[in-house]
Amino acid sequence: MTMNLGFLTIYWRDMIRFVRFRTLLFSSLVQPALWMAFFGIAMSSNFNRLTTDVPPLPGIPNIGYLTFMAAGVIAMTTLFTSLFGGMVLLFDKNWGLMREVMASPLPRDHIIFGIALSGMTKSFIQSVIIMAFGILIGAEFFAGFGPAEVIFSILGILLFVGIFSLGFLFLSAAIAISLETPEGMQGIMTLLTMPIFFASNALYPVNAFPPILQAVSMGNPLTHLVNGIRYFAIGGHYQAIGIEYITTTTDLLVSLSVLVVFAAAMFGLAWWRFQRAVVT
Amino acid sequence: MSGNIIEVSGLEHRYGDFAAVDGISFTVEEGEIFSFLGPNGAGKSTAINVLTTLLRLQKGSARVAGFDVAAEPSKVRASIGIVFQEVTLDRDMTCWEILEFHGCLYRMPHKERRSRIDELLDLVELEGKRDTLTKHLSGGMKRRLEIARGLMTRPRVLFLDEPTIGLDPQTRMRMWEYIKSVNEEGTTIFLTTHYMDEADQLSDRISIIDHGRIIATGRTWELKNMLGEDLIYLETSDNVIAGTALRGMEEVTDIQEKSKGFVALVNQDGTHLLPRIMETLQGKGIRIHTVNLKKPSMDDVFVHFTGRELREEGAESPAAAHSRAIRR
Repeated sequence: MTMNLGFLTIYWRDMIRFVRFRTLLFSSLVQPALWMAFFGIAMSSNFNRLTTDVPPLPGIPNIGYLTFMAAGVIAMTTLFTSLFGGMVLLFDKNWGLMREVMASPLPRDHIIFGIALSGMTKSFIQSVIIMAFGILIGAEFFAGFGPAEVIFSILGILLFVGIFSLGFLFLSAAIAISLETPEGMQGIMTLLTMPIFFASNALYPVNAFPPILQAVSMGNPLTHLVNGIRYFAIGGHYQAIGIEYITTTTDLLVSLSVLVVFAAAMFGLAWWRFQRAVVT
Repeated sequence: MSGNIIEVSGLEHRYGDFAAVDGISFTVEEGEIFSFLGPNGAGKSTAINVLTTLLRLQKGSARVAGFDVAAEPSKVRASIGIVFQEVTLDRDMTCWEILEFHGCLYRMPHKERRSRIDELLDLVELEGKRDTLTKHLSGGMKRRLEIARGLMTRPRVLFLDEPTIGLDPQTRMRMWEYIKSVNEEGTTIFLTTHYMDEADQLSDRISIIDHGRIIATGRTWELKNMLGEDLIYLETSDNVIAGTALRGMEEVTDIQEKSKGFVALVNQDGTHLLPRIMETLQGKGIRIHTVNLKKPSMDDVFVHFTGRELREEGAESPAAAHSRAIRR
């Protein structure tokens, strides 16, 4: 018996749609760049001005705001893309397209894997674009790294992005298969993205948060993704917005573990919802 | 060659308090075309959804292609093909991709998949549309592509849920030809329809289904014969007295009242009986306004068994609309 690679069929189909749906393809690639170009440049001039009187610590790199937030934009884009990645299942369900799949012998977890894999691919593409565009407009990613270090760092970033996106894609798939309308899904997504995005270290330091919000941000997968990206893109020890950041290897592994646990839990949730799903 | 490929016994399916399928039992022989004929909402689609494992079996038992739908759903899935009632084609995929995707879902080997796609595009005459996105296909082409998809994995049973809904008369006739040729190659066909002519033209056997129950099952001629030899429609000056008078005749098996007249079901050749009927009525001083004599159709069979027209609610068949237009 050969290994069932049925999920690749689902993956193939979703990628066809991604490529063929020009507006979606275009907007998903351009949108993060616009974030960088407008929000990033506008905010960095402000933050950099506000922190000019903080004396730079000797011996460690002092990072501009654009570099700091570029990691956040990668994380944010991954979050949005992944959370909305399951939406396609809802459309499939409503347009009757999913009946073909549900009536086939394909095990249902393959639907989850297929959709998750294509969502992850999209996040990879977006992350690479943001990195390239960010460097282009002045983000100091991989400053002073040799070629091998750059490749290693990019792989590290993609590892974090990949696991994080799987978690939210599983969640998104679980929600999509349980709901009837795209409007309902849109509502839940909005409800989820706000706290996840703003109770994190994506755009600003969490040090000045009230204690409760700090606790929330420590349990927030987005914070751990950002930690991972900054570690690989900037380094383990730097100063940004007047604050000293130290990320040890242990910190990094803790962040990675949080993401893995989160993804596993979300897969459990999606698997449970799919076993119960009735699509007619 | 024969034997039952579908065996259903005591099947029941409820949505809350509502019994969509209310205890049906039937069998389908291998190699035949079997139809569920009934109005919209009769429970046809629910039954098909249970047989194709899309809905969980609630009560009763069902075996398809030798497998129990509750115990071995994935084996049932692997042995059947389905054409759903609504179009279920991805608008942004080409005909070839639709079939390729389906073949992959069922884990067909690469080589077999490719040759089967060529074969099927040929069968449904869509070779020229291989790389066309399905959103650019006509309604009939979409349906043909869906039939090709249903046949992709060489299923033992092909389920067709209202296969010609919304198609124009010529396209419907061509669809029937395709369905017949598929059947001749050995695929058992289970179809649901609310079109009388469709059930009549295509089926070897029909079950009439209404309110979740099977009302009658048989070959088309058997069902028609249950109504007698001929149907005589009369409009008279007094339909009540006329009806009572005809009930007394031994050749008349039933009287069905209509809005302006009534229909007498007779068990003899109506052309010979008609003069006697007219004499009888004239003897009672009843004047006859209109007379019509015809062989029973599936419409009549349906009215006979359910007491109502098939399409009281919902769309009427293009053929019926067509013949009405001509009559005017």
